[in-house]
Amino acid sequence: MAKIVVDVMLKPEILDPQGNAVASALPRLGFTFATSVRQGKRFEIEIEGGPTATQLAEVEKAAEVLLSNPVIENFVVRVEK
Amino acid sequence: MRVGVITFPGTLDDRDAARAVVVGGAEAVSLWHGDADLKGVDAVVLPGGFSYGDYLRCGAISRFAPVMQLVIEAANKGMPVLGICNGFQVLCESHLLPGALTRNSDLHFLCRDQEIEIVNNKTPWTNSFKQGENIVIPLKNGEGSFQCDDQTLAMLEGEGRVIARYVGDNPNGSRNLIAGITNAKGNVVGLMPHPEHAINELTGPSAQGLGFFTSILNAMVK
Repeated sequence: MAKIVVDVMLKPEILDPQGNAVASALPRLGFTFATSVRQGKRFEIEIEGGPTATQLAEVEKAAEVLLSNPVIENFVVRVEK
Repeated sequence: MRVGVITFPGTLDDRDAARAVVVGGAEAVSLWHGDADLKGVDAVVLPGGFSYGDYLRCGAISRFAPVMQLVIEAANKGMPVLGICNGFQVLCESHLLPGALTRNSDLHFLCRDQEIEIVNNKTPWTNSFKQGENIVIPLKNGEGSFQCDDQTLAMLEGEGRVIARYVGDNPNGSRNLIAGITNAKGNVVGLMPHPEHAINELTGPSAQGLGFFTSILNAMVK
């Protein structure tokens, strides 16, 4: 069994109010390291066997059609070791 | 004149939308998300709410509902479709309308009476209004910030496809104060505020929302 991870992030030019809220909460707790925070989504997908090139291509397709909205988001598909 | 009103699991405003259709003078036909049949309707309203719990992204799962495959096909052939609030989000996820609706810029869920200006009265959903007419209808959403890239924004503005704009402060961070847009053909309209909640002064801030529902009747009778 393999685990495939899909990370979905808002495109850099899209306003991220949730990330901004986290960024402004950090210094209130004494964490002063952050100059910016962006919040995204992570999907962990378990598959039988593989991953083969075909399975990875299918996950790529699913990430494009369902898991992300290409109008506002980018995604990265990777296999977790 | 039959106007379908779709109910998804989690839809809230289907009753009000159906009532607005009837008060506007048409017959309201209830459509279920799992239907593989549009029941011969002449137009469709996608009402507001939280279809499929807003899981993944607002409207992202609804797009794949059986009834939506028929709506997408019919809309591409010119059938009038109005998406209100969550319905607007479904239309964007379905790629019937460009852009996307994201979290309100201040993160708060908004619920207030909102003044908007009708800036395109040529669509089948806005022809009852005067060009530039200001109306007050409820606005209630958590993810109503209309976003798109610069090229899409220039196209929408250049082609007169913005149909309504917020008046006054920007309530949710939408680009160019956009409250509603239409597709290239002009038959598909998405609107963030809620005209179906403003068809009677007893229960709404005005009766001015009714114009969207009398418009569709005008459009079909012509």
